[in-house]
Amino acid sequence: MDIKKGLVQVAEVSTFTKRVFRDFFFPPYEVKEIIRQCFMMGNKSLFLITFTSFLVGIVFTKQSRPSLASFGAESWLPSLVAQAVVRSLGPLVTGLICAGKLGSNIGAELGSMQVTEQIDAMEVSGTRPFSYLVVSRITATTLMLPLLVVYSDILSLLGSFLTVNIYNNTSFQLFFNEVAVNITYTDIFSSLIKSAFFGFAIGLVGCYSGYHSDKGTTGVGKAANTSVVVSMMLIFVIDLLSIQFINLFR
Amino acid sequence: MLATKSNNAPAIEQSRTDNVVVSIRNLKKAFGDREILNGVDLDLHESENLVILGRSGTGKSVLIKCMVGLIVPDSGQINVLGRDVFTLSAREMNELRLQIGFSFQGSALYDAMTVRENLEFPLKRNLGIFEKRKLDEMVMTALDDVGLAHAVDQWPAELSGGMKKRIGIARTLILKPKIMLYDEPTAGLDPITSMEINELILSVREKYKTSSIIITHDISSARTTSDRIIGLINGKNKIEGTFEELKNARDPDLEPFFKY
Ligand SMILES: Nc1ncnc2c1ncn2[C@@H]1O[C@H](COP(=O)(O)OP(=O)(O)O)[C@@H](O)[C@H]1O
Ligand SMILES: [Mg+2]
Repeated sequence: MDIKKGLVQVAEVSTFTKRVFRDFFFPPYEVKEIIRQCFMMGNKSLFLITFTSFLVGIVFTKQSRPSLASFGAESWLPSLVAQAVVRSLGPLVTGLICAGKLGSNIGAELGSMQVTEQIDAMEVSGTRPFSYLVVSRITATTLMLPLLVVYSDILSLLGSFLTVNIYNNTSFQLFFNEVAVNITYTDIFSSLIKSAFFGFAIGLVGCYSGYHSDKGTTGVGKAANTSVVVSMMLIFVIDLLSIQFINLFR
Repeated sequence: MLATKSNNAPAIEQSRTDNVVVSIRNLKKAFGDREILNGVDLDLHESENLVILGRSGTGKSVLIKCMVGLIVPDSGQINVLGRDVFTLSAREMNELRLQIGFSFQGSALYDAMTVRENLEFPLKRNLGIFEKRKLDEMVMTALDDVGLAHAVDQWPAELSGGMKKRIGIARTLILKPKIMLYDEPTAGLDPITSMEINELILSVREKYKTSSIIITHDISSARTTSDRIIGLINGKNKIEGTFEELKNARDPDLEPFFKY
């Protein structure tokens, strides 16, 4: 591995990030484009998140039940599931799904615009492609991830409730009462903030690799691929850092 | 449509003035240790059609991208419309770019937008024009000029190569540029479509009073559109003159172009 190349890359990424923040805080504000991107991203990932989150809820409940039952602690199931889903599973599942679905999409979209000189064309007509294409997408992923995580949490808990319900007829109210009692505000806020970081990472990595994609059609594929791989890795790193950080407050 | 044969001397006298609109001195650019441009000197005169002829990969695209600040050269000077390109602030650069139309080799139409949205994009985002009637009028005028008014609501993916080129040109004309830069306008087009594009280039000059740099390796395009030709060989402007002059010069690097 070429160390010098790696360092150059790091420098480029940090300049890119700085530019994202600068263009975010200074006009023109891309409100319309951000809203459009939010809708498209929600639209693209909603089905996958619904599907996976629901299944994750079922599987996790089925797997945890026997171990809890062996301690005679089956009634703890809702609280265990709630904490696992809200603190960890929901953000992780949503983050990984979005890294795959949105990350590859952003990378491929911007990559093909770069390769076919569409970004250059925007640049020379003075239409500020950076804020239009990059800042709007990163803002959209950062805003959408927390929303999608809440949605994913709810679906996982529903899946879990249905599973519990089949075994021992727990009422909806009882189940969600248990859930509510066992989740703290710290849990919720830290999970939302963590997901916003996931979203930022997905947007940043996708935009960077697309914006800087190599010429030629292979460049587009590489950009899409890089954005998925790198953003997935970043999600795990952010997850690890955030648990260290949150534990300071617990 | 303009029908002058531009390779005869009187036409040049008539179209060219002594006002220099682009002046490049000793321009150098290397990528890594590959030297691409190696000291290019060039002047573009007002309302002149200057063709830059050269093989693929000699840095023709790099050269015109330097003129609009898309690529930063290693050394040398570029002066466009009296302003030194590399001392401009972001805002001044934007103002300058508004006066330069850039027709990209692959047309570079925004494929997520219809033809109409492609043309409206710079109007809305750069000039801040949002009034529907004004936009419609400007879009239709520009499309009329390239003969494609009927394609206004089509998507780029539905257009042929020649149509894409025309729309790309219309998208730059809508900003009423003083200078046009055409990057291989006829590359990949059949001979008939190529002729149509060549005629379009001539009629654009007629109507918009543009000065143009036309990059090409297509000798018939060079003959039809040029007042003057510069041969770019090994990163340097090696030879220049009218089409006939270059043809008769029998320069070993350029001769293969004329052997059609
Ligand atoms: N951004 C870039 N980075 C690295 N190499 C480049 C870049 N742009 C162009 N080149 C190289 O410079 C050379 C000239 O490119 P170009 O100007 O596109 O040639 P052409 O005369 O065919 O238009 C090519 O070999 C190309 O690989
Ligand atoms: Mg080229």
